[in-house]
Amino acid sequence: MGRRTRLLLKAVVWGVALLPLLLLLYRAATDGLGPNPISYATNLLGDTTLRLLLASLTATPLRLLFGLSWPVSVRRLLGLFAFFYACLHFTVWVAIDHFFDWTQMIADVVKRPYITVGMAAITLLVPLAATSTAGMIKRLGAKRWRRLHRLVYVIGVLAVMHYLWLAKKGVTDPYYYAGALALLLGVRLWDWARRLTTRRRQGMPTVNRVGTIQRSITWEAGGYRGSKLTRRHRASCD
Amino acid sequence: MLIRHPPDIKASEITDHQLYLNRRAFLLGIAAVALTPSLSIGAAVLAGDPLKATRNKSFTVEDPPTPLKDITTYNNFYEFGPNKGDPSRLAHTLKPRPWTVQVDGHVARPRRFDVDELMRLAPLEERVYRLRCVEGWSMVIPWVGYPLAALIKRVEPTSKARFVEFTSLLDPEQFPGQRKGLFSFASLEWPYAEGLRLDEALHPLTLLTFGLYGQVLPNQDGAPVRVVVPWKYGFKSAKSIVRIRFVSEQLKTTWEKAAPHEYGFYSNVNPTVDHPRWSQATERRIGEFRRRTTLMFNGYADQVASLYTGMDLRKSY
Repeated sequence: MGRRTRLLLKAVVWGVALLPLLLLLYRAATDGLGPNPISYATNLLGDTTLRLLLASLTATPLRLLFGLSWPVSVRRLLGLFAFFYACLHFTVWVAIDHFFDWTQMIADVVKRPYITVGMAAITLLVPLAATSTAGMIKRLGAKRWRRLHRLVYVIGVLAVMHYLWLAKKGVTDPYYYAGALALLLGVRLWDWARRLTTRRRQGMPTVNRVGTIQRSITWEAGGYRGSKLTRRHRASCD
Repeated sequence: MLIRHPPDIKASEITDHQLYLNRRAFLLGIAAVALTPSLSIGAAVLAGDPLKATRNKSFTVEDPPTPLKDITTYNNFYEFGPNKGDPSRLAHTLKPRPWTVQVDGHVARPRRFDVDELMRLAPLEERVYRLRCVEGWSMVIPWVGYPLAALIKRVEPTSKARFVEFTSLLDPEQFPGQRKGLFSFASLEWPYAEGLRLDEALHPLTLLTFGLYGQVLPNQDGAPVRVVVPWKYGFKSAKSIVRIRFVSEQLKTTWEKAAPHEYGFYSNVNPTVDHPRWSQATERRIGEFRRRTTLMFNGYADQVASLYTGMDLRKSY
């Protein structure tokens, strides 16, 4: 993919990701947030966070299933936008919904499971956002960085739980998000299991203790995965 | 974000001058209707039509009423759907006339009432009540109706009657939320069933309601007839009622069946007993920025606390 295409793709992501915020601001300016504006804003920002988070998790499945490499080039951007909306969601809760009533909020974090997991999710997003730069990847080393960023799976589960546990009966949106997340993580699981069996068949060690060495062995054995194309992309995104 | 600060007196609160002038003429009209039993006003009654009533000052809270637009576009009525925009969006599917209400069970004089007849059983009053939703938001609503006690006395409950069961309309044609779908399993059991203890039902605050804001009840707010029990969470006030039955045993309400650990039979507004998933200590009054402290029995403790003396409200939530 050329530089220009990649640039265009990023511009599209910027536009789409900022759309919900613009919509919110427009509605706020035109008195269009409905009878309960604070609840409306909180829900819109939370929804958007979850959507962007799930979008960032589609890059790998798209590569594994269809050999598409371009989603990976916007994955970081999607992840950072998810963090951005999570921060807005959190800010509305703190500064507008509870108006800095720290005692009440801390009590809620401790006592209300849906707030506890929501809090955990946004907290775990912080190190990921902080280490999203190329410089940080270099400083941490690709292997450690990758391991750290697997936290996003945990964050995804926590975020969906946050929604499932707060939703009242009959509201079905959280089920859709849970289904989407299960699918996205399921593809990874399937791929992992497939690799494991390939390795077993070839008598390779199954526990990845010395990541890089193991990886190079696997590469050479050619048993890592399907086509050359996929392999190349795997290498480029790692 | 722009936060709306409502003016001290909302435009919606001010009685239309013409209506005000017409009040006398209207009262004369009522008198004429009363004196002419054969005259029926049934056919003319539709949601939004003016419904005259005299304000009962002793049942009017000081808080400024919530704008009509918010009351009619933001509420829960699961028969239309679980989201608070669903009732107003789908309200047209409900046909509130013709409508009958079966009143039976342990009563000496069971009867089926036509809703227009039911509406004239006692003088209509306007009462401004606080409404507190279990979800943590609240409103102030000028309802039009008369004490449910007036109807109860008319049908003469027997000594066996200890509870009153309200059943809402079951009709998937009129209530899209009752239709079978992919996620029906996650919804409620229909028809909607609610209940009160007989003394709660007889309490002067409990209002059999036919209108709000001087109008016939909009479909989305429970047309053509509902109850309003202002010291309990909103879901206790059954809407679009087709049957009122007097029973001897405490019944299982729809929400109790759906989530027994979250919604009890009593469901009195109580800031000290939290919903298992969220705090009930505060509420957001629609139209206000800061949260308010939730009041015991929604501010009606003076009138209703005596109903619950000796009860552990933590257990009987």
